[in-house]
Amino acid sequence: MDVLTLSRFQFAVATYFHFLFVPLTLGLSLLVAIMQTIWVRSGDEDYRRMTKFWGKLFLINFAIGVVTGITLEFQFGTNWSRYSTFVGDIFGSLLAIEATAAFFLESTFIAVWFFGWDRLSKRAHLLSVWLVAIASNVSAFWILVANAWMQSPVGFTVRNGRAELTDFVAVITQKFAILEVVHTVGGAYITAGFFVLGISAWHLLRRQHVAFFTKSFRLAAVWALVFSLFEVAQGHMNAEILGTKQPMKLASMESQWETVRGAPMNLVQWPDEKNERNRIEALSVPRALSLLAHYDVNAEVKGLKEVPPADRPPVLPVFLSFRAMVGLAFLFIGLSAWAFLRRREPVRSSPVLLKALVWSIPLPYLANELGWTLAEVGRQPWIVYGLMRTADAVSPISTVQVGVSALGFVLLYTLLGIADIYLLAKVARRGPADEARPEPAPLPAQA
Amino acid sequence: MLETIWFVLWGVLWTVYFVLDGFDLGLGMLMPWLARNDGERRVIFNAQGPFWDGNEVWLLTAGGATFAAFPKTYAVMFSSLYTPLMLLLFALILRGISFEMRSKEEASWWRRTWDTCMVVGSFLPALLLGVAFANIFAGLPIDAQGIFHGNLLTLLNPYGLLGGVLFVLLFAVHGSLWLTIKTEGEMRERGARMAARLWPLLLVVAVAFLAYTAFATPLWTNVLARPVFLVFPLAAVAGLIAGRWFMARRAWWKAWGASAVTIAGAVAFGVAGLFPNLLPSRLDPAASLTAFNSASTHLTLSIMLGVALVFVPVVLAYQFWVYRTFSFPISAAEIERSSHAY
Repeated sequence: MDVLTLSRFQFAVATYFHFLFVPLTLGLSLLVAIMQTIWVRSGDEDYRRMTKFWGKLFLINFAIGVVTGITLEFQFGTNWSRYSTFVGDIFGSLLAIEATAAFFLESTFIAVWFFGWDRLSKRAHLLSVWLVAIASNVSAFWILVANAWMQSPVGFTVRNGRAELTDFVAVITQKFAILEVVHTVGGAYITAGFFVLGISAWHLLRRQHVAFFTKSFRLAAVWALVFSLFEVAQGHMNAEILGTKQPMKLASMESQWETVRGAPMNLVQWPDEKNERNRIEALSVPRALSLLAHYDVNAEVKGLKEVPPADRPPVLPVFLSFRAMVGLAFLFIGLSAWAFLRRREPVRSSPVLLKALVWSIPLPYLANELGWTLAEVGRQPWIVYGLMRTADAVSPISTVQVGVSALGFVLLYTLLGIADIYLLAKVARRGPADEARPEPAPLPAQA
Repeated sequence: MLETIWFVLWGVLWTVYFVLDGFDLGLGMLMPWLARNDGERRVIFNAQGPFWDGNEVWLLTAGGATFAAFPKTYAVMFSSLYTPLMLLLFALILRGISFEMRSKEEASWWRRTWDTCMVVGSFLPALLLGVAFANIFAGLPIDAQGIFHGNLLTLLNPYGLLGGVLFVLLFAVHGSLWLTIKTEGEMRERGARMAARLWPLLLVVAVAFLAYTAFATPLWTNVLARPVFLVFPLAAVAGLIAGRWFMARRAWWKAWGASAVTIAGAVAFGVAGLFPNLLPSRLDPAASLTAFNSASTHLTLSIMLGVALVFVPVVLAYQFWVYRTFSFPISAAEIERSSHAY
């Protein structure tokens, strides 16, 4: 393997892993902040215990998200130095703004929140959790705007052998960026919703801490349903913008080989990349692709053959991850709608629902990673769409170095993942008991 | 002008990082000598508890600022220092995660494992950053294409290693002194004894480093060319001496402050001595990356300057508040009772 392949592998390992932890941070920080707000406003002790229990899980998850984020920022320099030189003027500044304006706030106040339970006033303490939640989400905004620029570069001119910024506002307000932010954050909220639903369902199946987990379930069911519905409705816009911004990604998602007007959509199909066609095409809905992509049944949809094979993304992974992601999204709507209907007394609902919810905990994680596979693999062979090829972006470094570090990442992250899942599972199973006040002593028997 | 301002800001970010995270790294690496039992080890973790994460973001910001303001330097520096940077990242990951993991499980093998991560994960970054900066002061073997002609062993030259030892000792003293602030009784005494014992060693290494710097780098020549910059090495030396004086008087905050001045002075001396270079080339002076030939556009530098001028003071203000709120002494017994401790 060469430096390029190894660097891509290493970056993929590092980002996939990092993004196992980020979505829960984004969503659960808000849910915990909401729980704590309800406690402070209503005085309901269950919400104080919920804040602590879900907060503890939040922190275990948060820790790994934080430490694995630094490696991403540094890898642009270590492994992708030609990319960094080319885009630093724009991309680098977005990362620097993220650190200065958001990550500082998040990292400082997470500690204030954890250590401040007995040290701060109720209001100041509540403010600290909101600062963490808001800062995490603002942080996501800047990172995703940076990624969106790789997908859809705007506000620049190529001069002095690099992309130079000409319009900062265009970079941070372009439609592509806003859609990417909204869609990614939406997926993160679904992840948190199903996380809380799943763990609550596990305890409810065992009839333990019923009041506590009913309240958690109720909040998460509403939350998960709202964002699952939102995600599907909104996600359509992300696919649509690809029609103009990244037509080859759209063509790969749909395995569309020919450029045609009034393109149909095949509900069942399988791409055959070697022969530039589809091996299977069935259940065709006439003109549906043109309609969905351009709101016009006769619109032209660009096919993969529009560009030489060297300019196309690998079709199969993009095609499959898109379909799997969309399938999961509809599953999330169904499950969360069912949970929503049973939210008043979930403990009396069907064990099928509760078990399904337990087993669904990993699914939003999967959907998130599929979304990123679609976004990043679908952008290939470009690192900056249409502007710089991934192959031209890699550092002039030795293969051995990258091989060793890539192996190091795999080993280290595997161990960290195991340790983290072990701790999350342990704390989740134990439930809120240890956070409760000591049980009042039994009343002395009446004489 | 903007380039110069960003060069100064770049130096400031690194300086603040070393001053703040320095004591975390120092405490972590000295844990086997500062803590004798499980409870005391928890004190070491919790003495950094409310601060370490916010401190580490200064590193991220220093890296991000290099990327944003001097992309070419960022690219060449980070790819040239590939292996040490990867080691640094792995070390910081293990260290960072050990806070959250360590005390959530009773098993002794579990705790011992994370304790080792803390010690190694604190020692290695201090050493590696020292080695890296000393090598940057002396210049790296990079050519005009920004390609690094060397490997990890190239960096482990005597001057680089002396820089590593200097950073380790600076942070070790800084961390020991932080323990005198964050604890009372026996642990405070232990921190004080450790700082006092390491101090002569630090003095010797610091003097040796400053002397070696005259031969291995152009730092002194550059600083003497603008004598106002002499204030930095003088501050470092004055901080070192004042630190010992305050230690003897058991004025812990002042001793720690003096140690902070030493670190800041040393880093500022290095950065000022580099100017306008960010990454000098040992092969060909013309291949050196400077604040001018590697800078971003004026538009980007102006926007980033606006962001820095608004947010850096705000960050300093709330971090200062966190230090004020959480610098009270802690004890093993108190940690044992609390559910809000590492």
